[in-house]
Amino acid sequence: MKKLWEYIKPYLLRMTGGFAIKFTGAIMDLLIPWMLSTIIDDVIPTGDMGRVLIWGGLMILCAGAVYAFNVIPNRMAAHVARDITEEVRRDLYSKTSSLSCAQVDRLTIPSLISRITSDTYNIHRMLNMIQRLGVRAPILLVGGLIVTMAMEPRLGVVLLLLMPLMGFTIWFISKKGIPMYTETQRRVDRLVQTVRENVVGIRVIKALSKEGYERERFDKINGDLAHQEAKAGITMAATNPLMNLFLNFGLVFVILLGAFLVNSGVTKIGRIIAFQSYFTIILTAVISLSRMFVILSKGAASAGRIAEVLDMPEDLQPELTAGEERDPKAADDEFIAFDHVTFSYLGQTPNLSDLSFTIKKGETLGIIGSTGSGKSTVVNLLMRLYDVTGGQVRIGGVDVKKIPPEKLHRMFGVVFQSDVLFADTIQENIAFGRPLERGQIEEAATEAQAKDFILERDGSYESMLTIRGSNLSGGQRQRLLIARALAGQPPILILDDSSSALDYKTDASLRQAIRENLSDTTSVIVAQRISSVMQADHILVLESGKEVGYGTHDQLMESCPVYQEIAGSQLGDGIQHHKNQQKGVTV
Amino acid sequence: MNRNGMSASRASLQKGVLDKPKMKTSLILKRLWKYLYKFKWMLLLAAALSLGSNLLALCGPELSGRAVDAIHDIGDVDFHTVFYCCGLMLLCYAFSSAFEWLLSVVLTKLSQRVVFQMRKDVFERLTTLPVSFFDTHQPGDILSYISYDIDTVNTSLSSDLIQVCSSIITVLGSLVMMLSINPPLVLVFVVTVPISILFTRYRSRKVRPLFSRRSVKMGELNGYAEESITGHKTIKSYHQEETVNRRFQEKNVAGCDAYYEADYASAGMGPSVNFINNLSLALISAFGALLYLFGGRFALTLGDLSSFVLYSRKFSGPINEIANVISELQSALAAAERVFALLDEKPEVADAADAKELKVEDGEVTMENVRFGYRPEREIIHGLSLKAEGGSLTAIVGPTGAGKTTLTSLLMRFYDPQSGKINIDDQSIFDVTRKSLRLSYAMVLQETWLFTGTIRDNIAYGRPDATDEEVISAAKAAHIHDFIMALPEGYQTVITEDGVNISQGQKQLMTIARAMLLNAQMLILDEATSNVDTRTEIRIQAAMRELMKGKTCFVIAHRLSTIQNADNILVVRDGDIVEQGTHKELLAKKGFYANLYYSQFA
Repeated sequence: MKKLWEYIKPYLLRMTGGFAIKFTGAIMDLLIPWMLSTIIDDVIPTGDMGRVLIWGGLMILCAGAVYAFNVIPNRMAAHVARDITEEVRRDLYSKTSSLSCAQVDRLTIPSLISRITSDTYNIHRMLNMIQRLGVRAPILLVGGLIVTMAMEPRLGVVLLLLMPLMGFTIWFISKKGIPMYTETQRRVDRLVQTVRENVVGIRVIKALSKEGYERERFDKINGDLAHQEAKAGITMAATNPLMNLFLNFGLVFVILLGAFLVNSGVTKIGRIIAFQSYFTIILTAVISLSRMFVILSKGAASAGRIAEVLDMPEDLQPELTAGEERDPKAADDEFIAFDHVTFSYLGQTPNLSDLSFTIKKGETLGIIGSTGSGKSTVVNLLMRLYDVTGGQVRIGGVDVKKIPPEKLHRMFGVVFQSDVLFADTIQENIAFGRPLERGQIEEAATEAQAKDFILERDGSYESMLTIRGSNLSGGQRQRLLIARALAGQPPILILDDSSSALDYKTDASLRQAIRENLSDTTSVIVAQRISSVMQADHILVLESGKEVGYGTHDQLMESCPVYQEIAGSQLGDGIQHHKNQQKGVTV
Repeated sequence: MNRNGMSASRASLQKGVLDKPKMKTSLILKRLWKYLYKFKWMLLLAAALSLGSNLLALCGPELSGRAVDAIHDIGDVDFHTVFYCCGLMLLCYAFSSAFEWLLSVVLTKLSQRVVFQMRKDVFERLTTLPVSFFDTHQPGDILSYISYDIDTVNTSLSSDLIQVCSSIITVLGSLVMMLSINPPLVLVFVVTVPISILFTRYRSRKVRPLFSRRSVKMGELNGYAEESITGHKTIKSYHQEETVNRRFQEKNVAGCDAYYEADYASAGMGPSVNFINNLSLALISAFGALLYLFGGRFALTLGDLSSFVLYSRKFSGPINEIANVISELQSALAAAERVFALLDEKPEVADAADAKELKVEDGEVTMENVRFGYRPEREIIHGLSLKAEGGSLTAIVGPTGAGKTTLTSLLMRFYDPQSGKINIDDQSIFDVTRKSLRLSYAMVLQETWLFTGTIRDNIAYGRPDATDEEVISAAKAAHIHDFIMALPEGYQTVITEDGVNISQGQKQLMTIARAMLLNAQMLILDEATSNVDTRTEIRIQAAMRELMKGKTCFVIAHRLSTIQNADNILVVRDGDIVEQGTHKELLAKKGFYANLYYSQFA
């Protein structure tokens, strides 16, 4: 709630304006029973019907003012709630997009989604409710108390004594309620996760005819959530009857006390009647308040979850120390360097250990190795999506930790293994928010061998992709992603196993296009196919996070058994053919 | 494969949500009522409790009126009556509160069951929808049905239902009491109540579409949030946080505006009903004064007038509340409408009534003159025919986008062709149950899918009854066992699709282990090992060959080394088979295949 308060603060003035209007309205609302009591006690006994009508007319005027002074602030309140929610959601989202990959891994994507959606809905509801009821109800309550105290202090004391008791009850129940709602939201996360998994994996589920199983799985999670919601609801449900009980008992004592007071001539019967009217107002106010506390507890739970994200430390910030300085350890001509790098995702077994290599500007590094050997991890570290556990990664001789992220990330064009396309136009999927000319986009598409199929589509570059590019084949998706990577003319190009769905011919044309058109670009190519890395200036062979070979294709074919094995596994009888081609005329 | 059509159809689908003629309120209420009716006993109990609680609460003003009447003036107080009435009041209020509490418990449970049922229905409907639905709807938008719409219905049901339930009885009770005190005075309400009702109806009709828009906008917001957070890593890498922030902000503003507009329009509802109530109070005092002075037969005492005023406050208080609730109810109705629209989505065409279980003996698969397009007018498979002998290995190769994956979608009946026959052992796949058809295949796709759960559960997903030994031997065959054992909790390690520490290739190996555990008679491998290194692939292949023995297999692969020993290689280009034969035959042909093959050494 503390965090949320910071968002509410700037709106306090506007809120106060609304409150003031609402306050006037509430006072008018309180005047109505007072007028009523005056009519009954003082006016009617005089028998002057004209005066009765004048007072009646005044009451109607008052009622009209009450109407206007409620509608206007309600609308103002809705506007304030809208503005605050918009800001909270905006900041929550931009904070989410600035989180480091490790932080997203820890929070999980489904939980982040439900925080941006479900939790902000709760906040919106709460802000609306607080302003609508939170002003009117306390004003009616306090005003009612003041008026009753002024009218008949001895009776008013009864009410006053009830207040701490009721306050304590509400405090006690909310204190129990908030953690329950936090748990509810946690279960919402799991529901979101299950539905999302099902939507994404529908083909596998249908292929295995597991619909029934998934329904059961969902039932369980759904049941857990419903159970928790009921638990929280039932806890909060005690508030209302308790408030009713306290106030009604108070009313009984007022009548009892009133009987004695009237008997001793201290007060008049009309006052007791008016008192009862105020009592009803106070009761309604308290019930509104207790309803509000349900929403407040729910909102507080959500606000806590949102604050948890907003308060996350900025991970992977550039180290300010000496600015962007060449590291003394850096060699003069190095461009990308891994210097005794060790890394572990979870801090347990190392995913990379003591890895070192350097490449010069314009060179190409191929990375090859068995599944899970750490190839993608090298990419993650180079782009500083994660920080090394030990050692140093340098680009242009500068530790990546010292390069500001906007500068660092602009150096790259990258395609990840399971990369994403968005439900947007092809043009936008390639440009990806960067201010690129149409010419650059077309050029990139051509180089990525994507031009032909793009032009075949209705609307070509303007044609829309469906969700996650599901209206493209795997190979088409990869080529669009590659076009995205090439389009910015990046100094460093990273392709992480991103031509696996391309046929050899397309793959070969792609590599040729990159070689010819991006000769200044330094490339890192992770691949399964020897043919994809064969022509690289350096090839890094990884095995269980360790370097087992480093050199050119020919060197590795001589010296590295793992590489030989990989080559043998792929080229098969083709290897002969390949050797023949290399030797050219000699055969 | 060119599914160009989808974008247009998606656009029209989304537009459809906005333009679709609105479901009638009465129909929505009827369908909501059906949910409530399932728990009619709880409803009945709730009604009884509500009746009890409110009747008792209504006795309060009656008793207090009597007590006040017993207080006359200085020295003239009938203490006996006052004590008696006050004692009874305490009792009434105590029981009333107890009942009220029970009532909230019952109604909370009731609303929870209704919402549980609703979520269940939505989810079950989702599992029966065809694959094409998921290709055209944002996962986040689908999520919004559950996270926004059902939640809105829930909020409204749990708090508003209680409100309405107790209000209606209070209103009726107060009315009876007021009638018993002084019938002519009640005439005031004959004027004011219809005004309230008419006004509320008029407003809700204006407000509803705004709430529908709000539901749609929330869905879009949810859709974008899900899509962009899924792409978090890519966005970070291109340093496009600002861009997505800006786009999200557009959706955010649109969502907040829609939210505000509905709020703005509904803001007047509560106060205006309050106004009408205050109006009736003024009328009552004037009219009451008249009756007190010149009432004749209907004359009333001041005590009567004070009771009447109390009841009329009791009467108007809940009406006020109901009016507030009705504006909230509009959002619930709009949300319910969207939920029901999803429940009305057409499921996969049901199996034919006389559909039999597919019986696979040889496993011979034939396709005859199959024509198909994701949009009928844009055909991408043009009269394709093929025959895969039982137990044979058929490889499908061809440039990307040639329609290879579409073929497997047709075999699995994710989509049905516009014309042509597909038979397995001479049984048409359209005449057998989908379940038996799909279960006769084991399928491994290029895109992996793991759900949040232990590794063991993920591998045993297709056969939950598999023993630990079977799971382990499948994992060994898929060469993932050593990796699993290196994890701190081995097979009990919980994994997620987005999780770190498991590479894409390892995920593929797990899905291969999953397929190996199935006892399917036929196998489809669609780029199943594309992210696995070739050495591991060769080792897996040995296990797979073992697995594929005697089974009909379809393999899609780009690495031609994978498929050299296929019995039949189909070369697909633009939805047509342009060449077929064994590896040797095709190389000898020096055609498209040979060209493709040699290009890998270029």
